[in-house]
Amino acid sequence: MTMIDVWLEVDGNRVAQVLNEAAEKLDSAGGDVFLDFSAVRRIDPSGLRALEDFAGAADEKAVKASLRGVNVDVYKVLKLARLSSRFCIVN
Amino acid sequence: MSEKIATVTDERIVYLEGLMRQAKTAAAVFTQYTQEDVDRIVKPMVLAGLEQAQYLARLAIEETKLGVMEDKAIKNMVATEFVYNYVKDKRTVGQIAEYPERNLVEMAEPIGVIFSLLPITNPTSTVLFKCIMAIKTRNAVIFSPHPAAGHCCYEAVRIMYETAVKHGAPEGVFTCLESHNLQDNAYMMHHKDVGLIDATGGPGMVKAAYSSGKPALGVGPGNTPVYLEKSADLDMAVVDIITSKTFDNGTICASEQTVVIDDEIYDIVLEKFAELGSHICDEKETELLGRTVIDPKTGFMQPMAVGQKATTIARMIGLKVKPHTKLLIAPIQGVGRGYPLSVEKLFPVLAVYRAKSVDEALKVCIDVNYAGGVGHTAVVFSRNDDVIRKFGEVINAGRVIVNSPGSIGALGGVYNDMVPTFSFGCGTGGGNSTTDNVNVFHYLNIKRVARRTQAHMWFRVPNQIYFNMNAVENLRQFKSRSTIIITNPAMEQIGHVDIVRRNIPPETLVHVSVIPDAEPEVKVIMQGVEALKFYRVDQIIALGGGSVIDAAKIMKLKYESPEADLEELAAPFLDLRKRVVQYPTEKINPSRLIAISTTSGTGSEVTPFAVLLDKEHGRKVTLADYSLSPDVAIVDPQFVMSMPKGLTADTGIDCLTHALEAGVSIFASPYTDSNAFQAIRLVFRYLPIAYEHPNDEEARTMMHNAACIAAIAFSNASVGVNHALAHAFGARFHVAHGRANALMLPHVIAFNAGVPTKFMPSPNQRGYIAHKKYAMVADLLNLGGDTVEEKVTNLVTATEQLLDQLAVPRSIADLGISKEEFERAMPELVKNAFDDPSWRSNPRMPLLSELVELFWSAYRGRGPVKVEVASKQKREDKVLV
Repeated sequence: MTMIDVWLEVDGNRVAQVLNEAAEKLDSAGGDVFLDFSAVRRIDPSGLRALEDFAGAADEKAVKASLRGVNVDVYKVLKLARLSSRFCIVN
Repeated sequence: MSEKIATVTDERIVYLEGLMRQAKTAAAVFTQYTQEDVDRIVKPMVLAGLEQAQYLARLAIEETKLGVMEDKAIKNMVATEFVYNYVKDKRTVGQIAEYPERNLVEMAEPIGVIFSLLPITNPTSTVLFKCIMAIKTRNAVIFSPHPAAGHCCYEAVRIMYETAVKHGAPEGVFTCLESHNLQDNAYMMHHKDVGLIDATGGPGMVKAAYSSGKPALGVGPGNTPVYLEKSADLDMAVVDIITSKTFDNGTICASEQTVVIDDEIYDIVLEKFAELGSHICDEKETELLGRTVIDPKTGFMQPMAVGQKATTIARMIGLKVKPHTKLLIAPIQGVGRGYPLSVEKLFPVLAVYRAKSVDEALKVCIDVNYAGGVGHTAVVFSRNDDVIRKFGEVINAGRVIVNSPGSIGALGGVYNDMVPTFSFGCGTGGGNSTTDNVNVFHYLNIKRVARRTQAHMWFRVPNQIYFNMNAVENLRQFKSRSTIIITNPAMEQIGHVDIVRRNIPPETLVHVSVIPDAEPEVKVIMQGVEALKFYRVDQIIALGGGSVIDAAKIMKLKYESPEADLEELAAPFLDLRKRVVQYPTEKINPSRLIAISTTSGTGSEVTPFAVLLDKEHGRKVTLADYSLSPDVAIVDPQFVMSMPKGLTADTGIDCLTHALEAGVSIFASPYTDSNAFQAIRLVFRYLPIAYEHPNDEEARTMMHNAACIAAIAFSNASVGVNHALAHAFGARFHVAHGRANALMLPHVIAFNAGVPTKFMPSPNQRGYIAHKKYAMVADLLNLGGDTVEEKVTNLVTATEQLLDQLAVPRSIADLGISKEEFERAMPELVKNAFDDPSWRSNPRMPLLSELVELFWSAYRGRGPVKVEVASKQKREDKVLV
């Protein structure tokens, strides 16, 4: 069976929406999901909640979720919100 | 999840966890905000608070039934405008302070989620104050109001929250428990995601906060004593006290509780109080007040009186007063359980006490202070600075308010320049961690970014050094009325004393003191000092080796400063500049010390050290201070031409050891390196010649100079582990110092060149460089080698060859010391070597086991000294410190 990885660029101004949409696509992901956070300069509470929901959905569907291009300020937010351990952070 | 509190229902836990999740998310997101971001949010919050000050005051009054609406509105305005005025220009994000001279920067780290308890007495003003502090510091807050002030607090939080979020604050930054009980508070106080508990509340809540195991800011109870001293401006004092005590009907815990008045002004003061609308209670009325407004069982104020008007209280207890009475004043004769009104009264009832003296007044104020108000606030009215100072000294209060109202004064920013606050730290006396007016900086973790600083170093030498053949002639330029020559018998016998005498100006009275040629004892020193006193000398000439010069240094010290305690001055120290014991600077018999060395090794003529033999305790005492350095050094080789071969070898090796150890010392500097390296070069070139051809004037001259130059180096860079080993071994087996050094030297070079098991802290050096510096020495001596390791190996070999040339024993075994005897001595040797301060400047910290290995290497002596340097790199650049 061919495994297809999913790559998603996260728009810095629409973090929550993009993540909610991405969560819906998890069913069709055959392989890992990569979320590119390079354009996310700052994350707000709704984005953080969406990320938490996304992590939950990915766990449920046994999909490995990776974040790449996370800047250090956003990384610290993930750390404080205890979310960093729920994703594979790719530098 | 927090540890489940048994009495909190699952439904309640869901609610509380929901609040916590919001706060936690907001706090995490908030960390991304800049200073400009938070400042943009704070200002509209302040304006919203000012706008709603009256509305919130009315809500508070309606709900709590405490205090005065107008005063609560003022408090709301102080909590916004005054606090803003203090915080607006404060940096609370990122770098908040810089101390360039200390290479230190302070940076702010938010706390995260703060669980904040709100009081009934100042509910809305405390909310406004805490919200502004929280936004300014990027923290999220979960508020828990007093149950009787829930609505007004909730409304204040709502106004602040909506304004903050509108201007960019993260959602969920403030939340407020809509209704709650003690179990909710306990649950939150123990929650793992709460970073700080800010408990502005009653003693029970503060205690619960401190008992939770979380960092907490708490306030303590107050019982503010006021001393009204006879020199005070009485009109001002009386108005200030009334203003303060009646402000919000006395609900501020810093308000005045007992006024202690000097006897001379007591009656006048009470008259003034009465004139301005106070009711002075008679004895019966006072007794009635004490019985009713204070709970006789607990000794604390009755809640029904808190925040009520004076007239309301009077009506409640059946006391007849005029309609507009502001304050009830009750004279008391003491403090404590027998005097119920001497405790805290958060309502307009004021106790007064007549004091017969300042002493009595201060004692009564202390009693009031300790009757439930330790660490909080105290007030003094006086024009006498001594009284104010004494009051500040004896009263244990975080805020001592002078000539101003206690409650408004303690809030800060109105009557004084204290930090505006609504939360008074009461120090350890009040069960708190701070005495400060709680402010934004208590809502921050302040991080110190400390850049490496180079310690200031020094290079100190005697300001006059005369060298080369016949340098002694320079004595002629030193005018003296009375000179003493300190020397030993040999110098006198071989005519050196006469040479010196001939070069002293004829008008000088010259005396000679001959001392034994051994390390100086206290008795010898004190005899010498008596001679100096007897001849009233103004110049001391030390002629001899290290022992004679050391003796002269100590005699001069005791002659100039008779009170100098030698034992105390010998106290150990780690850093010369930070030593505990200072050498005396006042001199009653100032004198000049000229040192003429007659050996080429110790360099005592330029060093700040002197060794004293303490026979009574069976030990050597080393004195070290630059004030011991001779004023003038004369390095004249004519005094060493007759040194025997053995002494030439021993002292020459001592000189080499000084230079090598100073060269790799952690205190080495470019100034000391230049001297150390030059001395090493001179020793390798001239010591064999001076040894083989004692009359070679050039070799003697150069070796004499080398000893002095090496001493200049180690006077400033110190020595190392070689000396620690040699001191311990030499003392135990009575082996000459230079010879003991020789036994250790090749092994110590190899040891220092290796990878240290433990590095020595050395702020002045960039990385470990001892092996590279040995390689530089090898290059200086043209010893060849390509890598650092080869060069160090060549240096070890060259050192061994030099020692061979000088025919010194090359192993401890060669001295006839049996292995068994040496083994028996080992514990003592290691202990003494480790206690020796010399190794503290060694580049490599020696472990006890390594000292044992070094001793055994020296015991075995000959054999390959294996060099495994700390790095294999070929180039030895970046070496200079």
